[in-house]
Amino acid sequence: MSSFLPPSERIWWNVPVGKQEIVWIGIALIWCLIMFFMMPYWHIYGKQNLSNEAYQTTPAKFQAKVDEMVEKYKVGEEAGIPIVKPPAGSDIYLLGRLWQWYPIFELEKNQTYRVHLSSMDWNHGFSLQPVNINLQVVPGYEMVVTMTPDQAGEYAIVCNEYCGIGHHTMLGKIYVKEN
Amino acid sequence: MAQFRVCPDSGFYFDKSAESLMKVHAVAGVVALLVAGIMALGVVLTRWQEVHLLPADMFYQVLTSHGINALIFWIIFFEIAVLYFASSTLLRTRLAAPRWAWAGFALMIIGAVMNNVAVMQGNSSVMMTSYVPMQAAPHFYLGLILFAVGALIGTFVFFGTLVIAKEDKTYDGSIPLVTFGALTAAIIAVFTIACGAIILVPTFLWSIGYINHIDAEMYRVLWWGLGHSSQQINVAAQVSIWYLIVGILFGARPMSEKVSRGAFLLYILFLQLASAHHILVDPGMSSEWKVFNTSYAMYLAVLASMIHGLTVPGSMEVAQRSKGLTKGLFEWLRKAPWGNPVFSAFFLSLLLFGFIGGITGVVMGTEQINLIIHNTIYVPAHFHATVVTGTTLTFMALTYLLIPVLFRRALFLPWIARIQPYVFASGMTLMILFMLGAGTLGVSRRHWDMDFTGAALSFEYPGTAYMMMAVAAIGGVLGIVGGAMYLTVTVGSLLFGKKLEPSAGILQSFIGLPLADSAYTVEQPARLEMAPKLPVEEHGSGGFEAPGTFVLAMFLLVSFVVYYFINWDYLSSVWPLS
Repeated sequence: MSSFLPPSERIWWNVPVGKQEIVWIGIALIWCLIMFFMMPYWHIYGKQNLSNEAYQTTPAKFQAKVDEMVEKYKVGEEAGIPIVKPPAGSDIYLLGRLWQWYPIFELEKNQTYRVHLSSMDWNHGFSLQPVNINLQVVPGYEMVVTMTPDQAGEYAIVCNEYCGIGHHTMLGKIYVKEN
Repeated sequence: MAQFRVCPDSGFYFDKSAESLMKVHAVAGVVALLVAGIMALGVVLTRWQEVHLLPADMFYQVLTSHGINALIFWIIFFEIAVLYFASSTLLRTRLAAPRWAWAGFALMIIGAVMNNVAVMQGNSSVMMTSYVPMQAAPHFYLGLILFAVGALIGTFVFFGTLVIAKEDKTYDGSIPLVTFGALTAAIIAVFTIACGAIILVPTFLWSIGYINHIDAEMYRVLWWGLGHSSQQINVAAQVSIWYLIVGILFGARPMSEKVSRGAFLLYILFLQLASAHHILVDPGMSSEWKVFNTSYAMYLAVLASMIHGLTVPGSMEVAQRSKGLTKGLFEWLRKAPWGNPVFSAFFLSLLLFGFIGGITGVVMGTEQINLIIHNTIYVPAHFHATVVTGTTLTFMALTYLLIPVLFRRALFLPWIARIQPYVFASGMTLMILFMLGAGTLGVSRRHWDMDFTGAALSFEYPGTAYMMMAVAAIGGVLGIVGGAMYLTVTVGSLLFGKKLEPSAGILQSFIGLPLADSAYTVEQPARLEMAPKLPVEEHGSGGFEAPGTFVLAMFLLVSFVVYYFINWDYLSSVWPLS
């Protein structure tokens, strides 16, 4: 009954703590520290980390980079959207806008690409399926993530940041080909 | 003039103004929950693809309304009532500045109505998060601002009441643990509302054209300073209520005041940092910032929750054992009053918040793991485990306790109350587990159509994802039924429940009119004495006074460890990223 009464000991902070609490706190603390150190550990030994590389940009500036890349490396078109096959190891630029991912990419398996992401208008969510990589695409910011597609196939970019009435029609594509 | 009423059943002293204010805040909260529950039906029946009830624009409108009414209005109205209870009632003192408290309540009502009107009008379907540059109507933001200001006033009335109690020496010794926990919630609330003001006031000015531009990333960081920190208010409040319930139902004493209060202190120091876990896959913040903050500073605040996870049921076990329930490891739990909805709702919330809410939260707040989870439907699954089967279920438990004590009405249809926690908890748990599954398969949150009808390109989720969304929706419907049962009992009791005090009528219940003058017999309650000293008793084993709880806690830890590493394994199968 004393959870809602003042403690029975005036100097309650000097009352010794029971063995059970001390053991549990010790175990839980060790687990907490393990979880904490897993994150820097994964930065060193793990293969999936975000780069921290980001720039301030504007829709016009980013669009210009996208257009330049599309002009150089366009290889086709699907549903009115250019398909771009950039060279392995290069910088590739993907924009999200209401309600489209632009352009479509054709990448090579086990090659590395520096993917630049930005939005032309509102927040969008880059959700690569079925591999389930999810990134926030923000207007005014250019985020760079180095990706190495390790399996060939057809991947969809779902938008998973609510962006208005056409949100569910915002679907992009990345093709990964065997080389 | 006598302004206190003493409750013949519980022994609590109710100050007249505090009593009225608690009632109106609780009623307002329950009205918000009713709206949220109706909206919830629209949401689940639309996300169930085979039903797909609402068209897109209405779905997003209903989803916005559901989020705000549930997560902001229901919870915070109820929490202000809890603050007044933890101060005025528990410390046997008059409420500080009742006129300010009423002004705060009025602002909260005006704000909640204003925001709801904005959403209903259709131009503010921006979700609770209202991410800039997506824009809502000005009164959407203004409503939230007024509500927040009203809540802040209530928080300061709480602080003032603590000061008065101390000066008037209405209690001896230190404030009780429950009040200490409420104080933790209130301190976090001040930080939270400050963040809210810093981001929502400029956003409001932007919506009326007075400010030109708001940086989208800055908005996210600051908004989540309001958004997640407000959930930490909920954690502190619900843990305090857990201690209150075991205290009332079992006479449980905290296993260690120092440990429990220390854990609350860790909440104050570190919970705010956790808002960073919403920014883990955003541009512009460094990994160091992300790792330190998302871990609530090396998980010290998670440690605090794990501590309460032991000491709350542990104190109940100690109390039960001292009453003779010492057979084996779990007689104390088997013979607990599972038919009492105050107990069953409380204990279910403890289990579900811990095992599902807590574990999924820490896992997905891990910097790198977050990228396989962000904005999938795993996210709302997690937070329904925390704020619905955790906080809301706890508030339901408290309601069943307070209807007779505060409102002086007997429970209406008590058989419904008895099964309600089980119906609500099972429905919500089913929904949560299958939403977790669907999210793992990549299904999005806040998304109207997983068939992508009308998209220029196409993609198909696996059939399992559709099955999971359907089962989740069925669970959701069952949960809504559980919610309707709660509303039936609460509203029904205030309308039809037997009057325990003859003057406890409809006006007294719904708009906080005081009871008859004859009910208030005490001018100044007797001073609240310190808890009686009890001799140290040994009913546990090997120095462990609550061995059953320790086994449960270890089971939680093992589940935690296993699930945590399973998710690192999932992450390792994703494309190499750097």
